[in-house]
Amino acid sequence: MAISFDKALGNLPGNLTLYGKRSSLLASNMANADTPGFKARDIDFRSVLAKAGGEQISLKTTQGSHLGGASSAVSEAAKLYRIPNQPSIDGNTVDTQVETAEFTKNSINYQSTLTFLNGKFKGLRLAIKGE
Amino acid sequence: MSLLDVFDIAGSAMSAQSVRLNVTSSNLANAQSVGGDEDSTYRARNPVFSAVMQSLRGNAASVGVKVDGIYESQAKLEQQYQPNNPLANEEGYVFLPNVNMVDEMANMISASRSYQSNVEVLNTSKQMMLATLRMGQ
Repeated sequence: MAISFDKALGNLPGNLTLYGKRSSLLASNMANADTPGFKARDIDFRSVLAKAGGEQISLKTTQGSHLGGASSAVSEAAKLYRIPNQPSIDGNTVDTQVETAEFTKNSINYQSTLTFLNGKFKGLRLAIKGE
Repeated sequence: MSLLDVFDIAGSAMSAQSVRLNVTSSNLANAQSVGGDEDSTYRARNPVFSAVMQSLRGNAASVGVKVDGIYESQAKLEQQYQPNNPLANEEGYVFLPNVNMVDEMANMISASRSYQSNVEVLNTSKQMMLATLRMGQ
């Protein structure tokens, strides 16, 4: 019986990629906090996750030796514009406080996903060694 | 890899903010540099930022900052009657730079706060990457 990494790790690697992508998006928002006319953007995490978890979009396999390919939902995450709490004269919609909070939340989510992933690897290693 | 993009983005923001801090300090330093005529007198400078796509990695999501240019303020220069000043014109007036101290102090605080928050982003991303490298150990 072979160990299937896809089954053992579940959604976690996809989540990690998405959190990584989101951190770069939030970093761009914070970097452009003083750029006139810049519009803050974000990913709707819940909808992307639901798409990735619900219907697995993968390549069609017509032969047993074909590989399935990874789900494409994560890479096609839609970037939405944030609705500002308060309009600014120069047309910038970045609220540094909101972005900082989101970035911190995102990094904690990233680290906790990593912890879960480490737990999975520890479990697998225990199963392989059998000690 | 998107976490590597964060280093480029936060780095570009930090360099842009340091340019802003630099301009502010030269404005403050020259706040009292009087001149003999309108053209030779120091004028307050301001940097203008613009967003720049980091398309090198093919990821349109990441947007850095660049300094578009530094513009001189076109506000009217104030004149002061100083007949004993060697720079004074025929009527005995010197021109004062149009540097607004309050504006400059607010700019300075804003630039340093932005710089700090970008350093924070960089540090957090570094920790995330290091944790990823330790995965499975």
